[in-house]
Amino acid sequence: MNLLDRLMATCRRRSPWLCRLNAGSCNGCDIELTPCLTPRYDIEQIGAVLHGTPKHADIVLISGTLTARSRQAILDIYAQVPNPKAVVAVGSCPASGNVFADSPVVLGEALDAIVPVDVWVPGCPPRPQRIIEAIQAAAQLLADGASKSQAKPRP
Amino acid sequence: MNEAWRTLLAFMVWPGVLVAAPLGWGGLWFMRKATARLQGRRGPPFGQPAFDFVKLLGKEMVLPVGVSRTVFLALPLASVASVVAALAILPLPGNPIPSLPGDVILLLYFLEVPVLIEVLAGYVSRSVYGQVAAMREALLSLGYNLPFLVAIIVMAQHAGSFEMRALAAAPFSPLSIVAGLTFLLALPGRLKTNPFSIPNAEHEIVADALVEYSGPALALFKLTHGLEIVLLSFLFAVVFIPATPWPALSLLVYLLVALALLASVVVVATATARLRPAQAFRLYWAAGGLASAATLSAALVW
Repeated sequence: MNLLDRLMATCRRRSPWLCRLNAGSCNGCDIELTPCLTPRYDIEQIGAVLHGTPKHADIVLISGTLTARSRQAILDIYAQVPNPKAVVAVGSCPASGNVFADSPVVLGEALDAIVPVDVWVPGCPPRPQRIIEAIQAAAQLLADGASKSQAKPRP
Repeated sequence: MNEAWRTLLAFMVWPGVLVAAPLGWGGLWFMRKATARLQGRRGPPFGQPAFDFVKLLGKEMVLPVGVSRTVFLALPLASVASVVAALAILPLPGNPIPSLPGDVILLLYFLEVPVLIEVLAGYVSRSVYGQVAAMREALLSLGYNLPFLVAIIVMAQHAGSFEMRALAAAPFSPLSIVAGLTFLLALPGRLKTNPFSIPNAEHEIVADALVEYSGPALALFKLTHGLEIVLLSFLFAVVFIPATPWPALSLLVYLLVALALLASVVVVATATARLRPAQAFRLYWAAGGLASAATLSAALVW
């Protein structure tokens, strides 16, 4: 790995910008996400900043049950994030539907059937420490070139 | 060394990009860190704006549908170029370019270019949020430019010359204090910090006029902002702080003044909440108008 690649890897690891997407969450995970920005956890220490627009983001945090109406929104937001990007699924809902599973409006599939997911954060809701840990893990994946968006397409 | 080399040196090294960019990142980091400390947070690690810049350079650029690629890319380049040109004009100690007659006016023009470009960038992006931000930016610039221009022009009138070097060499007079305070009134508006964070109101209108910008183009806009911080704080120091006979000491004084200026901007920003566009506009034309009138009358006295 040459010097420029190493510099880029360091900067990708130390500057993960976030974009939040509530795909139909009960708001529990979003409430746990807010403390990450407050003085107690202060996510800016690892260089992370919450941005309103997906165009500025590196990591998309997707929380909530996947509903029939949010499916297209997830695809749109994911497509707008410039490469390289990573997806963090926050909470149990994106993985299994959790207590909302089998509801007629909830999709019977996990989030990785819609967009490639890099890090899963289980919990209902997960603690803020786990969310920060997941953001750091996703930033490390971006730095190593190991996120799903950086994977070479199979021939 | 002939003129072309000296010009290149001034644009590229000092006071141009190579020195001003790290200074700008340092200034941005200082502002973010000070804000965080005042809010009881730890804040970003040293060099965070530089990490952000390099990371943005390594990202893909998503071009919005129906936007001309040339215009979309030319805007950030022109923005950086104008700020660098303005920096090269500043008569900082060690600036290799000699002064031009009337360069105060040139500098004021170059200062306006990044603002106009951000307005254009908001409209070019075809995003509703970008257009709202662009409209707010244009409105705010009509406000803060009244005290800003009056402060600089009064100092030029006092020095009897529209040459930056004459302004920098002017001896101290009580007018510097009055005009300096008027300049300080315009500074938060120019830097778009609270209570004038109206064009980049991130929780109201998603982001600033650069909503649709990503990757290297966004990195250039971020660089412009960093350079603007250096430019405006050094402009204040050059115009309102009397130079010492020793260039190195002058530079040190300028740096300390710039740091104090950024610190005071941060204190104001953390202690206030965002104004509505109409309130900000009224504030700048009422308080800014009074300050401008006071500065003009002070110029008649001293």
